[in-house]
Amino acid sequence: MKILVVVEQREGKLNRVSWETIAAGQALAADTGGTLEAAVVGAGVSGYAAEIAAKKLAKVYAIESAGLEPYTPDAFVHALKGFIATNQPALVMMPHTYQVRDFVPKLATAAGSTCISDCIGYKKDGDKLLFTRQMFQGKLAADVSFTGAGPWFVTFQNGAFRGDKAEAGAAAAPVEVVNVEIPAGVVRNQPHEVFKEAKQAVDLTQAEIIVAVGRGIKEEKNIAIAKALAEALGGDLAASRPICDNGWLPMDRQIGSSGQTVAPKLYLALGISGAIQHIVGMKGARTIIAVNKDAEAPIFEIADYAVVGNLFDIVPPLIEEVKKAKAANS
Amino acid sequence: MKILVCIKQVPQKDAPLKLNETGTWIREDVSYEINEPDAYALEEALRQKEKHGGEVVAITSGPARSQQVLREALAKGADRAIHLEDNAFVGFDAYNTARAFAAAIKDEQFDLIFTGLQSDDYGYAQTGVILAELLGHPHATIIMQIEKSDSGIRVKRELEAGYFQFVDMPLPAVLTIQSGISKLRYATLIGIKQAKNKPLRKVALAEVQSALSDNLQKIERLYVPQKTKKTEIIDGSPNEIAKKLVERLRNEVRVL
Repeated sequence: MKILVVVEQREGKLNRVSWETIAAGQALAADTGGTLEAAVVGAGVSGYAAEIAAKKLAKVYAIESAGLEPYTPDAFVHALKGFIATNQPALVMMPHTYQVRDFVPKLATAAGSTCISDCIGYKKDGDKLLFTRQMFQGKLAADVSFTGAGPWFVTFQNGAFRGDKAEAGAAAAPVEVVNVEIPAGVVRNQPHEVFKEAKQAVDLTQAEIIVAVGRGIKEEKNIAIAKALAEALGGDLAASRPICDNGWLPMDRQIGSSGQTVAPKLYLALGISGAIQHIVGMKGARTIIAVNKDAEAPIFEIADYAVVGNLFDIVPPLIEEVKKAKAANS
Repeated sequence: MKILVCIKQVPQKDAPLKLNETGTWIREDVSYEINEPDAYALEEALRQKEKHGGEVVAITSGPARSQQVLREALAKGADRAIHLEDNAFVGFDAYNTARAFAAAIKDEQFDLIFTGLQSDDYGYAQTGVILAELLGHPHATIIMQIEKSDSGIRVKRELEAGYFQFVDMPLPAVLTIQSGISKLRYATLIGIKQAKNKPLRKVALAEVQSALSDNLQKIERLYVPQKTKKTEIIDGSPNEIAKKLVERLRNEVRVL
C-alpha cells in the first residue's frame, strides 16, 4: 500500500502536529508493509521538504506554486487532486487542523472518495484497516472502515500519535519539486492577511505545559493563582468553557469541543469537573494532573494523578515547591 | 438574500447513550435536540435576513422525530422547511447526506448555505464543505462574522492559535458557522403559533435515491471507550501533596 502524508506549514514553520502524522504514517506503513511518502504544499516550501526528508520516508514532494500562497481551499484542492491522480496513493493522511478541515472534505469529494476525519488511532482487523474516532463528543468510540475504492483520506487528531516517535531515516529521503499551475478562475475566495485579535493570543496547540482552570476557581480574581502556577512551571494558562463565557479569560484560551484541542506533555486541571465537551479537547495530553474537591468529578477518570482537595489550599504550596525545584536545577 | 440552513437533530448532550444490539449505533430511545452548532448557523441566518431581507429555509434529514428541529427553526423565524424524512438517513455518511441535500434543493437557488461547524454526534465537520463541492460553490469554514459587500460577502474566519482572517467571496457560497458567535434567540409564543402554518416540504428517500451512492465508509463497531489510564491518588496535607506532585513532575513527567 502506498501511503502519502501531507504535512502542514504555517507562518514560516512546520506545524508540530506534522511530526505526529509522519509517526502515524510510519506505523501504518510498517504494519501494512506499505511505502510512505510525504508532501508539503505551498509557495517556496522546498526548505520544509528538506526538513521532513530527515525522517524515514521513501520520498518527499514539494508541491509548489505561487498560487498556493496565501492558502485557499480552491488552490489546495486543485494542486492536491492533480498530484494524487498522478501519484496514486492508496491512503492519504493529514493532521486534523482547522486548515485541513477546510479543504479535505472538498478534496476527498473531488477525488470521488471520502475522509474519515479526526481519528485517534487505527487497528488492523485481518486485512481490513479500521480507523478509531470519537463519537458523541467522546462518550463513545467507533471503528470505521472504508467501503469504497481509494484514494482514502484520513485525518488524525492532535495528540493521537507522538511526534517525537517519528523515526529518522538512515539517509535523507529524496526530495522532488512538483511545480503546479493554478489557472485563473480556480480560486474564488480572496483571503486577506491573517491577524491576531487578543494582544497575548497564545497557540495552545503547541504548548508543552498547560495549567487550566474551571468553575472551581470561583471568582475572576482567583485566576491569578493559576496564572502564578503556570508561570512557575513555564507553561500556558487555559480554561474550560464557563470561564471564557464569563469573559475571565479570552476565547483563544478555551479548551474543548468549541475551543482548542491540545496535547501537551502536562495538563494540570484546577477545579475542572471534566464535562465531556472539555475532555475531548485535552484527553490527548501525555500526563494529566487533576485537582478537584469532588471525588466523583469525571476529570479523575482520565487523570494520571488525582488530588481530591481544595485547589486554594494546594496551589500555593505547589507554586513554592515548583520554584524551589527550578532554583535547585539552575 | 435567500439562505438555506442545514440542521441536524442529535441526542441531548447529557443523554445517557445505550448501544444497539449489533453494537453499530445507539438505541434510538433517547431525548434529542438541535445540534448546538447548527443553532448558531440558524441564528446567523435569521440575523442576515433581518439586515438584508430575503428568506430563511431550514433543511434536515432523519426520521419523523427530527421534524422537531424544523418546527423550532420555523418558530424562531425561518420561513419554510424541508424534511428529508426516512430512518435510513441516520446511517448516511457525510458524502451521502450532502448528496441528498443537493438533490432536494436542485430546483432552488440559494445565495448562502449555512451549516454548523460540526455535529455533536458524528463530529465529522464535513457535510457543509462536501455540499459546496457538489454544488460547485466556494466555501469557507468556522465563520465568526458575515458582511455583505459589493461583489458578494466578506467573512471572518477563525484560524488556530488566536488568528483570524477576512475572506472576500462571491455568491452563492457555503459557510460553516462557529458556535458561540452570537446569543441564541428563544422562540416566542407567537412564533410557535405561526410556525404551525408555515410550509414544510417532505421529501421521501425515493425522491433523492437516484442522486445517492453507497456509503463510502462504515461504522464497524461502536463502543464505550476503555479507560486506559491508571490513576494514582496523591493525598496528604497540602504541603505533602505539593512535594509529592513536584517529585512526579521531576521524575515521571520530566517537565522540571
